[in-house]
Amino acid sequence: MTNCPTLIVTVGLPARGKTYISKKLTRYLNWIGVPTKEFNVGQYRRECLKIYKSFEFFRPDNEEGLKIRRQCAMAALNDVRQYLSVEGGQVAVFDATNTTRERRGTIIKFAEQNGFKVFFVESVCEDPDVIAQNIVQVKLGSPDYIHCNTEEAIEDFMKRIKCYESSYQPLDEVLDRDLSYIKIMDVGRRYLVNRVLDHIQSRIVYYLMNIHITPRSIYLCRHGESDLNIKGRIGGDSGLSARGTEFAKSLRKFIQDQNIKDLKVWTSQMKRTIQTAECLGVPYEQWKSLNEIDAGVCEEMMYEEIQEHYPLEFALRDQDKYRYRYPKGESYEDLVQRLEPVIMELERQENILVVCHQAVMRCLLAYFLDKTADELPYLKCPLHTVLKLTPMAYGCKVESVYLGVDAVNTHRDRPEVRTLCLPHYIISLTRHFLLTAQRM
Amino acid sequence: MELPQLEHVRLRRCDSAASVPQFCNSPTMIVMVGLPARGKTYISKKLTRYLNWIGVPTKMFNVGQYRREAVKIYKNFEFFKPDNEEAMRIRKACAAAALKDVTAYFTKEQGQVAVFDATNTTRERRAIIISFAKEKGYKVFFVESICDDPEIIAENIRQVKFGSPDYVDRDIDEAMEDFIQRIDCYRASYMPIDDERDRKLSYIKIFDVGNRYLVNQVQDHIQSRIVYYLMNIHVTPRSIYLSRHGESELNLLGRIGGDSGLSPRGQKYANALATFIKGQNIRDLKVWTSHMKRTIQTAEALGVQYEQWKALNEIDAGVCEEMTYEEIQENYPEEFALRDQDKYRYRYPKGESYEDLVHRLEPVIMELERQENVLVICHQAIMRCLLAYFLDKPADELPYLRCPLHTVLKLTPIAYGCKVESFFLNIEAVNTHRERPVNVDINRNPEEALQTVPDHI
Repeated sequence: MTNCPTLIVTVGLPARGKTYISKKLTRYLNWIGVPTKEFNVGQYRRECLKIYKSFEFFRPDNEEGLKIRRQCAMAALNDVRQYLSVEGGQVAVFDATNTTRERRGTIIKFAEQNGFKVFFVESVCEDPDVIAQNIVQVKLGSPDYIHCNTEEAIEDFMKRIKCYESSYQPLDEVLDRDLSYIKIMDVGRRYLVNRVLDHIQSRIVYYLMNIHITPRSIYLCRHGESDLNIKGRIGGDSGLSARGTEFAKSLRKFIQDQNIKDLKVWTSQMKRTIQTAECLGVPYEQWKSLNEIDAGVCEEMMYEEIQEHYPLEFALRDQDKYRYRYPKGESYEDLVQRLEPVIMELERQENILVVCHQAVMRCLLAYFLDKTADELPYLKCPLHTVLKLTPMAYGCKVESVYLGVDAVNTHRDRPEVRTLCLPHYIISLTRHFLLTAQRM
Repeated sequence: MELPQLEHVRLRRCDSAASVPQFCNSPTMIVMVGLPARGKTYISKKLTRYLNWIGVPTKMFNVGQYRREAVKIYKNFEFFKPDNEEAMRIRKACAAAALKDVTAYFTKEQGQVAVFDATNTTRERRAIIISFAKEKGYKVFFVESICDDPEIIAENIRQVKFGSPDYVDRDIDEAMEDFIQRIDCYRASYMPIDDERDRKLSYIKIFDVGNRYLVNQVQDHIQSRIVYYLMNIHVTPRSIYLSRHGESELNLLGRIGGDSGLSPRGQKYANALATFIKGQNIRDLKVWTSHMKRTIQTAEALGVQYEQWKALNEIDAGVCEEMTYEEIQENYPEEFALRDQDKYRYRYPKGESYEDLVHRLEPVIMELERQENVLVICHQAIMRCLLAYFLDKPADELPYLRCPLHTVLKLTPIAYGCKVESFFLNIEAVNTHRERPVNVDINRNPEEALQTVPDHI
């Protein structure tokens, strides 16, 4: 997708959501498979300074402070270079105020020297309510204010913002017309987008234009227990078992008790999720993209049968469950790609209940909880349990509600690793031979 | 307060596989804004084509067309002079007629999006549209194109205005001079969307053909998709080459799907394709294939870097994979008939439909829009979907578009559409095109079902 690494540079006064955007963007890019890392200069400053005394550190006439802050920025840029040029990173998010043209000039030069593309993300906001809410959500809990009470912290932070205000030079439509950037105004009410250079920048812009901070909750659950679940068979398109139907009814009651404003309900196009949603008695929308992972030749088999008929495949899957693709089927990696439009729409939405499947739910959960590709295929998503995700500060609060209806356990843990010590081409050949033999 | 007419609001379970979640609420009016020769009609047509392709019923309403119908003969730019009262009356009437047709499209024809293509350069005109939409319960999204680069404007006039019915009897210099004076008629009264006064409106401003964008108050999913699309299209000249893989082993046997390699003739085609591509002398050509052997083997012969897209894999025929049509008729006669009844929406059991294909090809189309010169080596059903997008073919024609083996299609965007050149590279191959048979009833007999199956081993 990308050749030159990209350096995303945030710009904006304190409490404008730069770190929120940086973390979210980093999480999204990693989830879609673009190795991304964020570099928060404030963290470097905290490591350097150890103890934060007061806003005076940020005064524009505090020479000692300025020296330290410049060093921290340099140290962070050095780590960026390490990540992008040596460690194989694709995108680095440089999270700092970067409010002066001078500082941005330094970064641009650094990027030029190293062959990185630069994309600025500026957040501009003058709404005092939004800023106050921001401070309450993320500043009060910051290591900087651990020993202060709420009023002290707010007062100090407001003075801190003031220190930056006089020297703030926003990205300028004329002076900066050759730079690539997006200016986000008033938390997404308006955007100015200049010179998008390539695919990844275009995707970043699209993502940033779809996220919002309106409080809401996302409910994730699987379909009720299905007939094939009871038989221990994977995939297929069976209907609900008796217990599955009971779950659907309990789900209905649970949803009603939650008293959710304007809840949207999504299902896949498979019987078991549709039957579950039918019990809710509200309109719902079907997405083919939410269909369970296609197990190809292993569809509707039990794990024991897979072990018997496709022992090599079974072993290969355990070796790399994320990338392993069932013959004539899909991998978790494929799932993530087909779920990306679902995630994009989930970001746009507010309160929503997604009734889906085990592998699909693992992918969605990994996105919201920032789980790695390695962990993703082993996330626990038991039947008859609703996960309520509520975005909070920089992350997501998770509440797990088991609705009290018994069901089989369909979770298969990562087994003890039995490494296949064969060269890759031998494995490929063997695999091809076995699968062709199967077909005859 | 009177509530708006809500006859178009449907709360229903939406069972389609369309690429856009069926929110089924208010229809949307996209309203173009800008001086003449700023690309409004180009954008309108392209956007309409894209939205229809992804499954959102969209129609374009070009007020200039209404004016040509009302006035019959265009004399000169004087018609557009701001003090020409008679003309002003006609123009206002045309806009009103177009708005009336918009209403008919939404209420009687199940339209979802209407693109209102006119200059709409005054606040007054826009206010009329806004109040019309509010009264009916339609959402409004403005698309303003701002450009002052004289070269771009001149190129625009050359590409699309000279061929316009307005200038059919003029020579180039007359037409150019008249058109420039026409633009001047609008300039004095042009009030661009104002970032302050219009901050409650939903709009995108496109500056200098995509150098810069200002996006304000995006309301919903469809507006977000429209913005994303508009931000990815460009007007840099380029060509898109579409081709299938070389003839495969399964093709020879008349079997559908599967993942076989090239036949000897298929390999010959790959080599011929390499020669053809070199001969075209294309600057910075990107090559894309699917993940299936036959497209990869074809690309390998080109000796250049290529990128594999799983999204370009052939349609999954589910339980019918690797069968001949005769076998499908024998084992699944009812399915076979159902497919002939609605080939676009029909989904193979445990497989896909053409409609599903369009959904998974949307990111490919988006990236094709961003790119410049590209060669896509793909498959029959895939190529039909891509071609339908570029040539604006509707869903019922799409599954029957002819995409024979060993033939390269070169698509070059021109004016409001796409020029197509077809190159058969002179290597024989089986025919894999099956026309719709006459009898599509599930009770038909096998001969009727197999009437149109092409020959194979």
